[in-house]
Amino acid sequence: MNAIVSRRSFIAASLSAAGGLVVMVAIPRFASAVPLGPEPWGPEELTTANEVNAFVVVEPDGTILLRIAKSEMGQGVMTSLAMIVAEELECDFAKVKVEYASATRNFMDGGVYGDMQTGGSSSVRRSRVSLQQAGASARARLISAAATRWGVAPIACVARGGSVFHEASGRSAVYGQLVGDAANVSLREEPAIKTPEQFRLIGQRQARLDTPVKVTGAAKFGIDTRLPGMVYAAVANCPVFGGKAKSYDEAAIKNKRGFIAVVPVENGVAVVADRFWRAKEMVAALPIVWDEGAAAATDSEKFRADYRAALDGPLTNAAKRGDAKSALAASPKIVEALYEVPHLAHAPMEPLNATVHWRPDRIDAWIGTQSADAALKLAAEVGGVDPRNVFIHNCYLGGGFGRRAVNDELRQAVQVSKAIAKPVKLVWTREQDIQHDRYRPQAALRLKAGLGADGMPTAFDFRTAVGSITRSLGWGAASSGVEPSAVEGLSNVPYLASALNVDCLLKNTHVPVMFWRSVGSSQNAFAVESFIDELAHAAGKDPLDYRRALLAGKPDFLAVLDKLADKGEWGKALPVGSARGLAIHESFGTIVGEIAEVAVSKSGEVRVERVVACVDCGHVVNPLNVEMQIESAVLYGLTAALFGEITIKKGAVEQGNFDDYQIARMADAPTIETHFALSGGGKWGGIGEPGTPPIAPAIANAIFTITGKRIRSLPLKNAALGA
Amino acid sequence: MLSLSINGQAHELDIEPETPVLWVLRDEIGLTGTKFGCGIAQCGACTIHVDGVATRSCQFSAGDAVGKRILTIEGLGAAHLHAVQTAWIENDVPQCGYCQSGQIMAAASLLAQNPSPSDADIDAEITNICRCGTYPRIRAAIHRAAALAKL
Repeated sequence: MNAIVSRRSFIAASLSAAGGLVVMVAIPRFASAVPLGPEPWGPEELTTANEVNAFVVVEPDGTILLRIAKSEMGQGVMTSLAMIVAEELECDFAKVKVEYASATRNFMDGGVYGDMQTGGSSSVRRSRVSLQQAGASARARLISAAATRWGVAPIACVARGGSVFHEASGRSAVYGQLVGDAANVSLREEPAIKTPEQFRLIGQRQARLDTPVKVTGAAKFGIDTRLPGMVYAAVANCPVFGGKAKSYDEAAIKNKRGFIAVVPVENGVAVVADRFWRAKEMVAALPIVWDEGAAAATDSEKFRADYRAALDGPLTNAAKRGDAKSALAASPKIVEALYEVPHLAHAPMEPLNATVHWRPDRIDAWIGTQSADAALKLAAEVGGVDPRNVFIHNCYLGGGFGRRAVNDELRQAVQVSKAIAKPVKLVWTREQDIQHDRYRPQAALRLKAGLGADGMPTAFDFRTAVGSITRSLGWGAASSGVEPSAVEGLSNVPYLASALNVDCLLKNTHVPVMFWRSVGSSQNAFAVESFIDELAHAAGKDPLDYRRALLAGKPDFLAVLDKLADKGEWGKALPVGSARGLAIHESFGTIVGEIAEVAVSKSGEVRVERVVACVDCGHVVNPLNVEMQIESAVLYGLTAALFGEITIKKGAVEQGNFDDYQIARMADAPTIETHFALSGGGKWGGIGEPGTPPIAPAIANAIFTITGKRIRSLPLKNAALGA
Repeated sequence: MLSLSINGQAHELDIEPETPVLWVLRDEIGLTGTKFGCGIAQCGACTIHVDGVATRSCQFSAGDAVGKRILTIEGLGAAHLHAVQTAWIENDVPQCGYCQSGQIMAAASLLAQNPSPSDADIDAEITNICRCGTYPRIRAAIHRAAALAKL
């Protein structure tokens, strides 16, 4: 596309030519003033006008448009990644606008945007260097263009605030005047990127760019997509995972108002109607006979017994240091405890949905996905269309937390659109979302330590039995018998003991499992940090002092602990019935320590009053966003600790909505404070997830101090804590 | 035909009276700022104002809405941002943003009835779910909006 056309008019025109489809664009009231528009998806052209490179567009009016290749699901990535590019670009951040990079371009242009999969708290960690380079490279090209125009050496010019200056002659040019030439500059070598002490923008608090469109209702989530001629689909997935529809009685609903079709889809049946509410009512009324398979005979209690029994072996070794067996045999005291956690649903606020317009030679999909690359390939494969002609219009994600890493809803929407040859919006109800998630695995862990005469551990022996995520996703056999996420926080336990042994059994049931905010650390930190507290009590030592002693030689952990103890007022008296609990855990490259102030009423009700967190993520891009992510991660983990439990009966999930899959609300929310103990250096840790693992053990440890009852199984709602 | 008043505008709609107002707004009229979260009035993502009172529109039928004034997030700040929206921006509330239309509508309704809510009032009245855990910022923003409204 060489013609300079606006992106919106291009999309509208091309779709009209192809099939009479025009995207309805609601012009938002504040569109021109906001750095992120209501429709965040990027262009479908392979290159657009005014590009300096694939990431950086400079409009003639000086507006800087940055393309972000990661998904915004609330974690603030569009702002932090934009800051990283802008840091090097030397532009005015107030003039920065942001949109998503195109997955189609990424596919066709040799992966120019890198891996678009968004998860693992990896966006800043894994793309920082390449984004700094993209910004620096664009800046160098703009400088070179100005220098050539003025007949001076590039080194005599500087870039600042969106302009290039030649100070010796007093000349200057804004980027918008240089972009045409800059795109054609070839640099002899790429410029060096800044080191942290040179940062001026990175590390400064910045309001998030997506806030304005998220307070007016303007932000477009996938579920908000509206296309001319669009119809709606509601789904019934087979209640037992792995089962399928044997038959259904279409006659029971086909005379209802708005009925269009019943379409068999992966895992179930979709009913298509002219309105979603009608489709939803019809699918509920559709008689379906399911072939549920053998899994219909299983339940959570059986899984629990199986995982417990599995801990007796045989298991696969995941980590070994010294001779734990001998050290345990020689220890005067052994402490051993069994910890158990249930399946958990992600339950993002926006139920899964996808809007797809399938045509024989082209697919357009509007969806909020954590992986636009994978969504593109999935749509191409299911729809039988060349991936070069698949366009994923990624929307704002109404929460992800791992759930939107795999797009079951997209597969079904492509199947339906292809079957009926119409654009279709397929939406899961909350019940489908809770009952057909890919869950945080159920797990059992047995932790054993030998204590010496001084009460300090001589050896750790950790065992875990847990479902394999890679096997469940069909991503691999995990043939070694170990996958890193299953033992994260166990194999790399930071506490000192002369010997360590970690054994693992990957054991799947028919229940699909996947990445849930903080993944294996979500259960492993609960076990390890509760267990360390048990050891401290067995040794008659203060849990903070005990941890400090076991972390000798780990200055980054100690710095977090010390700041945490200070800010969290460790040791300061609280009223009867209240106590503080402590936990610290490293995940995704970041150490987070948390102190929870907890009150337990006489009748056993738990209330978390205050949480103080201390973070070492090495360097911070946007301190405001780190605070927001710690608050978010704490509350996500707090919900799971207090209430979170998916149970299986007769092979199916028993819970169905927020009435029986309870979520923390305002009245449950503690005050949350975030502090930093940054170690800097070469460390750049993630921030979306690491705040989640410490909260459950911090709460459980406080409850022990208050009640003397040790929590070894979650959620807390099942624990009898009354006097 | 049903006649509904939405954001000050009359709409004639050929729909079943039992259709929840949520779906009337989203699918008939195209006002998508009001969100579907649970369908059983648990989460509050669909909160609108009915005659000025916060109401969960997924369990409020079109038939019952006849003769009442419906206000959505799109109508709340139509002329200029409502104090609650301004406070939401000042306090950096939204993360994923999906629940925030409902949170803002609930907060605006609370403040209309109780211009200086205490923390206990907020706990009791703001029961919408946010999976991103923006509650501490929502609380601060409600206090800020209360102050802004008095300026």
